[in-house]
Amino acid sequence: MPIRFEVNGKQVTVEVEPRLTLADCLRQQLRLTGTHIGCDHGVCGACTVLVDGDAVRACLMLAVQAEGSKVVTVEGLSNDDGLTPLQKSFRKHHALQCGFCTPGFITTAHALLSEEPDCDADRIRDVLSGNICRCTGYISIVEAVLDARAAYKSNGGKP
Amino acid sequence: MKLPQFEYACPTTLHDAVALLAARAGDAKALAGGQSLMPMMAFRIAQPALLVDLRKLPGLREIKVSGDGVRLGAMVRWRDIEDDARLASAHPLLKAAIAHVAHYQIRNRGTVGGSLAHADPAAELPGIALTCEAEIAVMGKGGARTIKATDFFLGALTTALEADEIITELRLPPWPQERAKSRRWGFQEFARRRGDFAMAGVAAFYDLDNSNKAMNTHIGVIGIGDRPHRLPAVEAMLNGRAIDDASIERVAAATSAAVEPQDDIHASAAYRRALVGTLVERALTSAAA
Ligand SMILES: Cc1cc2nc3c(=O)[nH]c(=O)nc-3n(C[C@H](O)[C@H](O)[C@H](O)COP(=O)(O)OP(=O)(O)OC[C@H]3O[C@@H](n4cnc5c(N)ncnc54)[C@H](O)[C@@H]3O)c2cc1C
Ligand code: FES
Ligand code: FES
Repeated sequence: MPIRFEVNGKQVTVEVEPRLTLADCLRQQLRLTGTHIGCDHGVCGACTVLVDGDAVRACLMLAVQAEGSKVVTVEGLSNDDGLTPLQKSFRKHHALQCGFCTPGFITTAHALLSEEPDCDADRIRDVLSGNICRCTGYISIVEAVLDARAAYKSNGGKP
Repeated sequence: MKLPQFEYACPTTLHDAVALLAARAGDAKALAGGQSLMPMMAFRIAQPALLVDLRKLPGLREIKVSGDGVRLGAMVRWRDIEDDARLASAHPLLKAAIAHVAHYQIRNRGTVGGSLAHADPAAELPGIALTCEAEIAVMGKGGARTIKATDFFLGALTTALEADEIITELRLPPWPQERAKSRRWGFQEFARRRGDFAMAGVAAFYDLDNSNKAMNTHIGVIGIGDRPHRLPAVEAMLNGRAIDDASIERVAAATSAAVEPQDDIHASAAYRRALVGTLVERALTSAAA
């Protein structure tokens, strides 16, 4: 069935089977392969995207359920001028190694900092508890998010 | 695994949604947040031929707070409960328990109706519904009915819902407001990682009478056995008593003796038995503080 939604600011129309997940639709049909699929059943967080501003697992949502919504993937969070403050902070703190989990952490942390630029380390740990990283040990990721708060705070929730 | 094939419908009225479920009795399933159903389908534990998406149904997303208690529409998400400032006083036990449900991204999609219908033995909301003697309002082809939480949960992933029935609302009895200080409560659970399903959990509340003795004690457990349940013998030990360290210790030991936990990959029965006693102790200690 045909569905229409907005991805990273652009309207798209795609023809999908009902069983196609939003994650597969983004990757296979729209070629937005920044959204990674780790487990495909909701435990790792690698597939996190924003749907109408909320961080959600794209493997636990059908593409047909996105009809009419605004979807933002990790590609939509960067700009052409270089790294965003959150991305810069990940680099500075060595918050990634293989990078497989990183899109999920970036989208999740972006949603959090946009809404709660004053969050503390406990809140960050609680929110990131739904994302699995097999390389870094998390400490550097939490530090990167803590450090990126300033950029969101000074700009009213925008990085 | 990728999902099996199915048909998809997205009706705009409750009536149409019920009709779609009824026409395919047993072979169709409602789809709310998808946070349990999608993994179930990925694992082929569920293979419905038709999914009826509830997202366009009107009137199911409201949280109502009134003298009649708290009413949660079936499509209310964990996130909505978390964000609703009224619930801190209107139902603090509910609010505390829901803080333990799943992770950030899942809380943005998972719903009240989905959790009740899914009936995971370790899920928090079914435990709260049961402990608080809530009612579940449903609509089916035969019309609307309400089911007491005590009659609703029949076993692991098994409820009293008929195949054509859709949950519309959870109705929690009023939480005392005028004598708020006399209602004491606690919620405790243990999971290896916050947000994961609990190995066991305890919801407890009681009211203090004029001589500071407990009455109306309710203690419910989750993650023990195949469904949430109360512990009437343990509740009876507290009613009419002052709650102090000695009575809490006795009750914790009695809880461990009263439950019949299961062994599984997450924990042994012996571990759960000890754990649930500790959780009752913590819940009552925080209630009394
Ligand atoms: C990694 C992970 C961790 C989780 N941890 C927890 C946890 O700690 N505690 C917890 O409680 N839950 C947990 N969950 C489950 C989560 O809370 C689900 O959101 C919830 O159990 C189901 O809600 P849903 O809206 O997603 O329902 P769905 O997945 O859409 O549906 C679940 C079932 O309910 C039926 N259904 C849905 N809505 C209705 C309705 N209105 N009427 C009748 N039937 C309906 C569906 O047909 C299906 O059978 C976790 C999930 C994941 C993936
Ligand atoms: S791929 Fe979606 S949570 Fe793992
Ligand atoms: S950087 Fe390798 S999984 Fe996170």
